[in-house]
Amino acid sequence: MSLEDLLDSETCWETSIGLSYPGEKVIFRGKDLFAELSNNSWMELLLYGVTGRKFNQDQLKLFEAIWVICTSYPDPRIWNNRVSALTGSSRATGALGYAAGIAVSEAKIYGMKPIVKSFDFLIKSKKKVDEGESLVSLVKEELEKYRVVPGYARPIIKNDERIKPLMKVAKQLGLASGEHIKLAFDVENKLKELGYRMNANIASVAAGLVADQGLTPREYYYYLINCFSVGFLMSHLDSSNKKEGLLFPLRCEAISYSGVKKKKW
Amino acid sequence: MTTYKDKQEVIHSKIWNEEPEPDNPFAAKKCYCSGYDVYGDLLGNASWVEYLFLLLKLQKPTAEQANLLETIAVAIANPGIRDHSVRAAMNAGVGGSTAASTLMAAIAVGAGHYGGAREVYLVMELWEKCGQDLQIWEKELLNPDIDERADIWLPIEHPPGFDPHGVSCPTPVKQTLEKFSLLTRVDSNSNWLKENQNRLEEKTKLPITFTMIIATALSDLEITNEQGEILYLLLRLPGAAVHALEQKKLGWKKYPFFMDKIKFIDDHTST
Repeated sequence: MSLEDLLDSETCWETSIGLSYPGEKVIFRGKDLFAELSNNSWMELLLYGVTGRKFNQDQLKLFEAIWVICTSYPDPRIWNNRVSALTGSSRATGALGYAAGIAVSEAKIYGMKPIVKSFDFLIKSKKKVDEGESLVSLVKEELEKYRVVPGYARPIIKNDERIKPLMKVAKQLGLASGEHIKLAFDVENKLKELGYRMNANIASVAAGLVADQGLTPREYYYYLINCFSVGFLMSHLDSSNKKEGLLFPLRCEAISYSGVKKKKW
Repeated sequence: MTTYKDKQEVIHSKIWNEEPEPDNPFAAKKCYCSGYDVYGDLLGNASWVEYLFLLLKLQKPTAEQANLLETIAVAIANPGIRDHSVRAAMNAGVGGSTAASTLMAAIAVGAGHYGGAREVYLVMELWEKCGQDLQIWEKELLNPDIDERADIWLPIEHPPGFDPHGVSCPTPVKQTLEKFSLLTRVDSNSNWLKENQNRLEEKTKLPITFTMIIATALSDLEITNEQGEILYLLLRLPGAAVHALEQKKLGWKKYPFFMDKIKFIDDHTST
């Protein structure tokens, strides 16, 4: 990187991603959006845009099922949904609630961080196991370094109710027996053998299923950014249809103060 | 006797407490910040930066601390009309987007580790690791420990706190560091940086930038990495706000669209 890079970029931005020609056409990853892609489902377009590759209908059904089953909870108690619900309750716009909800979903205890790390862990572990390393030692190493294995254990409750219905769909589509999804459940078993109560959560199962379809960690991240969005919209809709300011109101007494005593400035 | 707190979930805080009005449990009669009565005592007595420091550190700042925080706030209140985060805000402004989206756009773009708040976080992390040890700084800048796991953040592409496109340290950066050095003790991190700036720049072959000196001054205030990151986001918003409002009035026709500055390279081979 250098000053020359800035000078070169000042007059031209080169891209192969796509471009619009106002009044004429839109090129989308080398294809004419209106002529070649207009019959795509939104998921098909999304995956093509993110990866530059086309997927078959079964794969697309799996990608969509992950969004439908795993992340579309219309529940304003969930932290990211509650942001959108509070936006509705305080009479801010739906887009603001949606955008804030998506940004908040890049969280540590749920959402995008464990999602990305879980995918990365499975991809790398699979490669190492193929090269002859033992899975137990990989799991132990992860626990020693980071105290957790991403995609295992869950805040609030132990089991993950989404695994069963998602695996059912994956089996129906014939996409439930790849190497990465097998590894995801093998890791759960190793954790149990090591005495840890860390069941697989949906992050490791979805990661295993999608890794078997050939996505990279970065492609997986982009594919999932929007995955919680239905919950945001419904949470906003619900709270904006009710009287303003009524979402879980907190009285002054709801503050449990443990700071210093009263004093004068 | 069962109390409200036994029946309901509560929010725990060492920062804030309230007492209700007698006729409405949801309306505060008194608000306390770290023990100080906000509307009965602080208002009119504490300055904005004193209150900001109190909120962060739960203690009243010394005059020197308040002065340094205020100087930091002035230094970065407007990153300038060409800054990426300000441009994001102006894009919202010219299109007539909501006020909130204007600041959200500035926060999003100003959050990264190229000149943004994440870079401040990373520099503050370096201060924790390296202290005032030049050899450790050189090691960490040239051969950093890299977490190989994928993350929502992309790996940083340059030594944190340095301008990857820079040639020499810009005058405003030097002027601001000079001011910080005067406002802090002789053994402060800001003074150490001033003394060792040339050596660090020689090693990295890059000039230091605002993220370096702001993170350093924040470390002199003993502010945590996470507080530093969020303060950097917060304190840069005034410039984004006013430039967005200015461009909104001027309109999109007077704002760059880069109409002829994009070139499509059709290297797509997949089906």
